[in-house]
Amino acid sequence: MSEDVKKLIIDYVKKEYLDEDSDQTIDENTKLISGGIVDSFSMVSLKMFLEKKFKISIPDEKATPEAFDSVNSIMKLIQEFVKP
Amino acid sequence: MAYSETAKTHYTNELKGIRSGGLFKEERFIESPQAARIKVEYPLGAAPKEVINLCANNYLGLSSHPDVLEAARKGLETRGYGMSSVRFICGTQDIHHELENKLTEFLGTEDTILFPSCMEANAAIFEVLLDKDDAMIADRLVHASIVDGMRLSKAQLYNYKHSNMEHLEEKLQETQGCRFRMIITDGVFSMDGDIAKLDVICDLAEKYNAMVMLDDSHASGFMGKRGKGTHEHCGVMGRIDAITTTLGKALGGAAGGCLSGRKELVELCRQRARPYLFSNTVPPVVVAASIRVIDLIEKSTDRRDKLEENTMFFREQMTKAGFDIREGVHPIVPVMLYNAKLAQDVARDLYAEGIYVVGFFFPVVPQGQARIRTQVSADHEREHLEKAVAAFTKVGKKYNILGKKKDEIIAMYGV
Amino acid sequence: MAVHERVKEFFRNELVELQNADLFKEERYVCSPQAADIVVEYPPNAPPRRVINFCANNYLGLSTHPAVIEAAKKGLEERGFGMSSVRFICGTQDIHKELERKVSGFLGMDDTILYSSCFDANGGVFEALLGEEDALISDELNHASIIDGIRLCKAERHRYKHGDLHDLEHHLKQTQDKRFRMIVTDGAFSMDGVVAKLDEICWLAEEYDAILLVDDSHATGFIGKTGRGTHEHFDVMDRVDLITTTFGKALGGASGGCVSGKQFFIDILRQRSRPYLFSNTLSPVVVAATIKAIELLEGSTHLRDKLERNALYFRQHIRDAGFEVKDGFHPIVPIMIHDARIVQEMARSLYDEGIYVIGFFYPVVPRGAARIRVQLSAAHEIEHIDKALAAFTKIGRKLGVVK
Repeated sequence: MSEDVKKLIIDYVKKEYLDEDSDQTIDENTKLISGGIVDSFSMVSLKMFLEKKFKISIPDEKATPEAFDSVNSIMKLIQEFVKP
Repeated sequence: MAYSETAKTHYTNELKGIRSGGLFKEERFIESPQAARIKVEYPLGAAPKEVINLCANNYLGLSSHPDVLEAARKGLETRGYGMSSVRFICGTQDIHHELENKLTEFLGTEDTILFPSCMEANAAIFEVLLDKDDAMIADRLVHASIVDGMRLSKAQLYNYKHSNMEHLEEKLQETQGCRFRMIITDGVFSMDGDIAKLDVICDLAEKYNAMVMLDDSHASGFMGKRGKGTHEHCGVMGRIDAITTTLGKALGGAAGGCLSGRKELVELCRQRARPYLFSNTVPPVVVAASIRVIDLIEKSTDRRDKLEENTMFFREQMTKAGFDIREGVHPIVPVMLYNAKLAQDVARDLYAEGIYVVGFFFPVVPQGQARIRTQVSADHEREHLEKAVAAFTKVGKKYNILGKKKDEIIAMYGV
Repeated sequence: MAVHERVKEFFRNELVELQNADLFKEERYVCSPQAADIVVEYPPNAPPRRVINFCANNYLGLSTHPAVIEAAKKGLEERGFGMSSVRFICGTQDIHKELERKVSGFLGMDDTILYSSCFDANGGVFEALLGEEDALISDELNHASIIDGIRLCKAERHRYKHGDLHDLEHHLKQTQDKRFRMIVTDGAFSMDGVVAKLDEICWLAEEYDAILLVDDSHATGFIGKTGRGTHEHFDVMDRVDLITTTFGKALGGASGGCVSGKQFFIDILRQRSRPYLFSNTLSPVVVAATIKAIELLEGSTHLRDKLERNALYFRQHIRDAGFEVKDGFHPIVPIMIHDARIVQEMARSLYDEGIYVIGFFYPVVPRGAARIRVQLSAAHEIEHIDKALAAFTKIGRKLGVVK
């Protein structure tokens, strides 16, 4: 998948979960959930964002903390649902 | 046995994991009523010792107040111990109705219904009032029981960065296409003792056409000049649509909770809320005592005033002593230690000094934000608080954390 | 005002609809303690009148038993009214541990963990023990609190037709590839007064390697020779892994619930169960009273024996009067009327005769299965039951339900 998509997701995560003055860096491997940046309750926003943005529907069983734990794993997940 | 050795092994290993991660919670046994001083047996088998309690939700000291006990006793005699019934079958006594009316008046709403606990009130409300075309917009740090309640609802779930009003506004804008919007927040957040910006929330709610729901469990009885809660404190009484709160903290500490708010919302919950329909009614003994509690705090603000004084005193002294206390006015005073082991060590040493506190660490609070959460009570006298500060200071010196900021403590102890 | 007129309008309409559909529930105010007869004010502001109560879960009459009230008072004096704390912070008194020990002994289990209600217990047990690699197989008519508790758990959900053990077996077979399977059933079902066939369910659980959890809220204290519950009744006391039950019915009726079972299950629940970690501890008053209730039951079976006799007497005679009653022995006696309108008419008329019962109709029970549900209690004397039988016969004849 393109670098654009990666950037899109990283930008969203920064805006949605970090405070303006935060010095936390996010890259495609940063542990989002297990690293305490996004908790399982707040994860909901991320799921909704992805579904809206990519016009997909992620079933609840697939929306696990593991699948959302890094931008890389998120991209793998989206690939399952985005039609080529 | 109906299940295999695999299950047994699995769960035993889980427990080992919790222990080795330093996350195991041990119970301590109290051999007295709840009060400023309690008798504790810890560890199991040790001789009980008297300690000063700084971690109960007994904000107004009513949990063992003689007037409250008297009312409870009378309730037992005249209305019995239990009702063994759900509300609408044969579980509503005249006194239940009386308590609901008293709470309505006290909180400044239109109607109130009792629930067995605030947890059950939170489990009920969203499922009854909201459907799939509606949006629930919750502060990210709302209480666990609210999160569970929202999960039981079909409405769409949104959340905003803790107390971040710009982010809330964005979510309100985002959800204008939904049928109804409900902003959901705690009045006071229990890990930090910080207060929701209810005035801004109510303004935003009006601007963007949303309902406001508030869990005021850590405020009812003592926040606001007359102790009515966070809405009184923030000057927005009459502008909140639904308040859930508990009778299990400041207002007596035994059991019970309620939902209070707009007439139609409350009545609909009376008809449809699952806990209300399927769960036992609040026992007469608790209802009778709670009526007395509301009478006591309406008659005089002595207790909430004393709590306020005690809180200011304790916060000042702890800050002076060099502790990292999150700023605020609430009786929840979190002493920040950041490192989980440090929090546990300090708590243990304080216990040896006769001060009973508990260390909070992951997953109860985020990783790297371990603390000792102290709670001031109207039951505390000046000397209790002075002894506590002295003990904290002594232990603080031992660990060399006095006057140190977050970075310095983390540098010393890691996260 | 933050609530737009539209919202208010919407909810007001919902309420009107309920009223029109005759589904609106009106509260009745009881102006006395809970007992065999109670004083009721209904409708609001009507002069209160005495009626015989047949719709409380006060199976053993302990809700106002003098020894229980005395123990409650003592608990108040010695341990206070409330603890204002969750268990693991400063909410565990010596008496909490004592109650847990007593319940474990009474139910024949390793350990017990207290909750503020069985609703909370059911809300917390599944999520803390099972995950998405596991399967939950539950009777379709289980109590609402079990359904809610299962909804909060990520395990795969299966429902088997009520009491249908072939269907249960089918689901057990289907889930053999999951890590753990848990069968969940009420011990006694409160709409029908029937008990789950625990002996056969235990056999299936063993055969297909499943954990077994029973919600015994309508059985603890009075089902089984010494009132231990459905597992005693079916002689499977050491074959059930977990029992959830309430202290808010037979065991005093105020509040409280618990999960009782194998040691490591209980240990995990203490570390992980959300209601246990975030909900207020049981009031010392309730703990003290419940300890006494259990002591009373351990000391003698005369209360559960009397209840059993009352239930058999009523069931026998109501059948003789011509009413249709589902087979059984449980103190919950469903009198099948089928027609919802007649049920409501009957309940109202019985109330006028001084007999307080509850009518159930759609959607609480399936269409065409409307019924009057009668709950017997050890607090009832034969005179109370005879009065009820007379009233049922009179009204039943008047409405053409019996000849």
